[in-house]
Amino acid sequence: MHALREALAAIRRAPFLTVLSAGMVALALFVVGLFTVVTYNLHQALTRVEERVEVVAYVRDDVRPEELAALEAELVGMEEVRAVHFVSREDALLAAREDLSEFEDLFTGLDENPLPASFEVELHPGFRSPESVARVAEVASIYPFVEAVAYGRDWVDRLHLLRQIGAIGTTVLGVAFGVVAALIIATAVRIAIFARRDEIYIMRLVGATNGFIRRPFLLEGFLTGLAGGLLATGLTYAAYFAVYRLVFPIEWIPIEWALGGVMTGGLFGILASAIAVRRYLQEV
Amino acid sequence: MIKLTKVTKEYPPRGRALSDVSFHIRKGEFAFLTGHSGSGKSTTLRLIHMAERPSSGEVRVLGFSSELATGRDIWKLRRRVGFVFQDFRLLPGRTALENVAFALEVTGSPRRERIPRANHLLEEVGLSTKSEMSVDVLSGGERQRVAIARALVNEPLVLLADEPTGNLDERAARGVMELFLELNARGTSLLMATHELTLVRSQPDARVLELDEGRLVYDSELVREESA
Repeated sequence: MHALREALAAIRRAPFLTVLSAGMVALALFVVGLFTVVTYNLHQALTRVEERVEVVAYVRDDVRPEELAALEAELVGMEEVRAVHFVSREDALLAAREDLSEFEDLFTGLDENPLPASFEVELHPGFRSPESVARVAEVASIYPFVEAVAYGRDWVDRLHLLRQIGAIGTTVLGVAFGVVAALIIATAVRIAIFARRDEIYIMRLVGATNGFIRRPFLLEGFLTGLAGGLLATGLTYAAYFAVYRLVFPIEWIPIEWALGGVMTGGLFGILASAIAVRRYLQEV
Repeated sequence: MIKLTKVTKEYPPRGRALSDVSFHIRKGEFAFLTGHSGSGKSTTLRLIHMAERPSSGEVRVLGFSSELATGRDIWKLRRRVGFVFQDFRLLPGRTALENVAFALEVTGSPRRERIPRANHLLEEVGLSTKSEMSVDVLSGGERQRVAIARALVNEPLVLLADEPTGNLDERAARGVMELFLELNARGTSLLMATHELTLVRSQPDARVLELDEGRLVYDSELVREESA
């Protein structure tokens, strides 16, 4: 109770310093927030592209239904496979006509359907790497009635490389932004505590325990960090909204991430306060 | 009450602040600690308050030894040893009453007892009419009285004062001295560091300890014993 009362009183006594600290925390976390939104959207875009990774096994025209059933059963039984769709020769022609309407003339003059039947194999998320795709293709190609297996090897390889680069880049930049934000927050809280070092000295002088001295500062650091985190979330949302409305549609980060950002502000505040107060407690 | 035995304090690389200092202050005693600036007066008081530990030797205060005292012992000790500074060391932006009550809050005194007790102390130091005023608007003498009230609010057995009249005019300084004499008459041991010799001479019955370049060069008690 004392800690809460003192923390609120300290904020009331020096509102400018509190706003300054919360503002610095907010700006530091705002940069992290923008980075998170950009990273999240890149991740989503890559995932959407990755969802289009599929294996297509083209079968000969004279294949028997039981042979098709055997292949389908084997493919469905693989852990990598989410779904298997059979596309008959007629369906393939219909789809080609729809997808390639500019070549309609080419399709109308045909005496015979030139397109083969096929199995389109969808893969589970997490099994869209070049290795997984190649394994499914290999199983399909073992069957003698399978004429060809297509999955765009180069495209899958490139996509995988892009995701790896993205993951490394995100981790490195994320850690760098996080460290910079932590340093800024620590500095902001230390400035606030430096301004009150005499108060710490006086508390020690009259016989306050370390816990008694520390608690209000930790709480104040938490509240300042929390306010900074909320402000940062608001600024990030405003930036997201502006891009969404004025530039192109992007996605907002999951709510748990936003709440995590706010709590991170609070935790940084506590941590920075603990380190700064510890220093002054050692001095007296 | 306070016993220093062969105390030396060094601050490498600056050098030695105290060399082989020994003295004993008994219960109810009033002693001046005199000497020029830099003679080691403030260091001695800081060692007694256990804000620092000696490089060698032992400081023993109210049964707590500098060699053994833990962090917990130190805050217990500080609740029984009041400290008054030349620059008051009050919490700015708070009232006189809040400053005094704060020392009670720190010791876990119940809320309902804090305000009456703090008010009582402010009345004792002659500031009952200014208890609700911010310490920022009080005069130097008044601030020092608030600091004294704060130092006394937990009924200390010992009061340490570091140049408590240094920032005060003659009248205010006299008022503070009268307050100290009153406290001492009620049994509080007092050790006051000062370089103002007129103040020391005004109290011929008080004990005088003089430091020079970190060494205890004069102890009026020893001189009296020798002449007796």
